[in-house]
Amino acid sequence: MTEKVVLDSEGFSRTLRRIAHEVVEKAGGERIAMVGIHRRGAVIAKRLRELVEELADCPVPLGDLDISFYRDDLTLRSEQPEVHDTHIDFPIDGITVILVDDVLYTGRTVRAAIDSLFDYGRPQRVQLAVLADRGHRELPFRADYVGKNLPTARSERVNVRVEEIDGMDEVTISERAEVHT
Amino acid sequence: MMRNLLSIDDLTREDIERILSRAHSFAQVSGREIKKVPTLRGRTVINLFYESSTRTSSSFELAAKRLSADLVNIKSVGSSVDKGESLKDTVQTLSAYDPTAIVIRSPHAGAANLVARWTTASVINAGDGKHEHPTQALLDLYTLRGRRPQIEGTKIWIVGDVMHSRVARSNVLAFTRMGAEVTVCGPPTLIPRDFESLGCDVRYSLDGIEEADVVYALRMQMERMTGSYVPSLREYAARFQIDSRRLAPHQLLMHPGPVNRGVELAAEVIDSPQALIVQQVESGVVVRMAVLYELLAAGNAPSPVPAHTEPQPA
Repeated sequence: MTEKVVLDSEGFSRTLRRIAHEVVEKAGGERIAMVGIHRRGAVIAKRLRELVEELADCPVPLGDLDISFYRDDLTLRSEQPEVHDTHIDFPIDGITVILVDDVLYTGRTVRAAIDSLFDYGRPQRVQLAVLADRGHRELPFRADYVGKNLPTARSERVNVRVEEIDGMDEVTISERAEVHT
Repeated sequence: MMRNLLSIDDLTREDIERILSRAHSFAQVSGREIKKVPTLRGRTVINLFYESSTRTSSSFELAAKRLSADLVNIKSVGSSVDKGESLKDTVQTLSAYDPTAIVIRSPHAGAANLVARWTTASVINAGDGKHEHPTQALLDLYTLRGRRPQIEGTKIWIVGDVMHSRVARSNVLAFTRMGAEVTVCGPPTLIPRDFESLGCDVRYSLDGIEEADVVYALRMQMERMTGSYVPSLREYAARFQIDSRRLAPHQLLMHPGPVNRGVELAAEVIDSPQALIVQQVESGVVVRMAVLYELLAAGNAPSPVPAHTEPQPA
């Protein structure tokens, strides 16, 4: 299985820094918080939060979200997804919440994340930041902040690796193995 | 993919760890203001209780509802069972509601296994006679881990009416599966012969209880005792009651409830900080949510399968 690197470690950091700048610019002084979607979205959110706090010089609350209980495909999977903890320990009413994920694909994860988020309160605005957008949306969602646009075929697989979990930062594309449900 | 939970034996150590970890996630859901998730929306769960219950029935009810499932409560008293309808007919009648799960409590051992043969719904044993009570064992493990993360090597004494206790049987299996060292203790008339074959030690007096890390007291099952198993409750209490003399400060105390105050437990230990009894009840909902999730979150779709069946992309 050949993997093509589309974003290496340096590119990864540069991209995150650029997104952080965009976030600060768009926020324009309003209160924002970040919520990362497990598993790698949570890792990326943590890094992004640090960068944004440095630039904006103000605290940005950080949460993480596991969407397993809100998925729309539970009955279709043969294995159960691993469930992680969710931590949203700050009030989200009336503020801008930036959801952070590694890859935006069909949009179903975003739909689940928004449903989950709304069970915690009523944010004034929800934005989406993703490291990679690979197209093939099945729901009408778009990201407000995109690290890299990756046109892909459905038969391909986008692999995001982060230092904290996989020992390195990179984004690669490979051919997907036989899909089984 | 597990379909039923009839006995703790159905679960490997991995299964148990996974269920306990999910229960933890559900505990976080229960900590927020909206204590509900849409996971089992559109599914129907039936509580079929042929024996009285406060804790188990209400915690299964709350567990199903917090997963957004629809729940039907059927207690045998006040239902057609009073008219003589058999278990088999009741189950077949209920299949008209196309239930996704049937939670069954019965005074007869093996009832859950029978029900499983007559329905395609997932069957959860909520207590069958003196045989097993698997969800109780799971919530006991969950509660204990909350106070004592390392179960492996923990010394647990289960004290009391072991003979009539389905909780004792499920717990011995569950605790030993997780690597604990279990001793059961009680009057010889209340401990079945060859109980050691379940993987525990057997003692007939409280001597040596100081070495336990956890004391699990069982209720004297008055409603199940037809013969004279003990000379009197007073004598049982004198020899086996857990009170502040017999319970050391470092030991944790558990009891499945309801407690016979003054019989198996003295008042001062029930209300002490060593007692996990209230936490056990609190754990009931989240653990049962995890069990329902484990059995129902794959398979038995309520609506037709959509055109493409690729599992969750982002």
